[in-house]
Amino acid sequence: MTNPTPSQIDLSQQKLDTSPLSHALGFQTVAMEPSVATLKAPYKPEMVGDPDTGVIAGGVVTALLDHASGQSIFAAVGQPLSMATLDLRIDYMRAAEPGLDIYARAHCYKLTHSIAFVRAVAYDRSVDDPVATAQAAFMLNTGEPLAMPAAVPESGK
Amino acid sequence: MSEDVSERLHAMLARIPYAQFLGVRAELAGDEMTLIMPFAERLVGNIKLPALHGGVVGAFMEMTALAQLSISVGLARQARPIDVTVEYLRSGRPVTSYARAQIKRVGRRVANVHVEAWQEARARPIAALHGHFTLKPVEPSTD
Repeated sequence: MTNPTPSQIDLSQQKLDTSPLSHALGFQTVAMEPSVATLKAPYKPEMVGDPDTGVIAGGVVTALLDHASGQSIFAAVGQPLSMATLDLRIDYMRAAEPGLDIYARAHCYKLTHSIAFVRAVAYDRSVDDPVATAQAAFMLNTGEPLAMPAAVPESGK
Repeated sequence: MSEDVSERLHAMLARIPYAQFLGVRAELAGDEMTLIMPFAERLVGNIKLPALHGGVVGAFMEMTALAQLSISVGLARQARPIDVTVEYLRSGRPVTSYARAQIKRVGRRVANVHVEAWQEARARPIAALHGHFTLKPVEPSTD
């Protein structure tokens, strides 16, 4: 697999924007590196799972980790493609601090012809003090890449 | 009695902002609870299929586990997830989803819960979840 060029990485941001869920929850891609994606979920009142403390719902972290994992596969493949989550395991280490944005950093550490394996970590203040970690496997639909903008410049064209 | 449980359940879901975001409601028949999530555009992950976002399906089942624990062991024990494993079986279509939880074991501090989610037919589940949840001990802990 070739590493994505910057122009290809930009496509992942476009793909991210087409997901109504990530739009509704305000997910943002903050960094794309080869095989690694970092996403941010700005703290929003509708994300709260515990109204007494203001701690966000575990389900928000689930969605963010799942989404970041998908983005890391785009970063590993070098282009958006259609995929399906096979399984996702999440360990919740601690409650997220109310009022803080949540980040998820996902690493697609192995790519086969049809499967991608991803590890991800969700955190607020520091990646070394995780809120949750995830391990996921995805099935890739390599036969039919998603429609991309007609001209993807190879170099600075 | 069951009326009371049903009311508490509805009150609990109404208070959780994320449950409102997902648009879930609960139906109680005897001691069997079904969580219902009508389709909404904001729950979509892949607009081409279209399919529900995997994270939404996971969150929906996690909410089902928490709701079932709240009626089975009581809200006072404040169930919180330790770990969950989600298996995706079919793509979530743009229709209403249902989920039911089975509490496999309730210990002094931890509960094990299995959840299954389906759409048109219960025999064709779209996803399954199993997870562990911490519970506040019944009596003050001495450890």
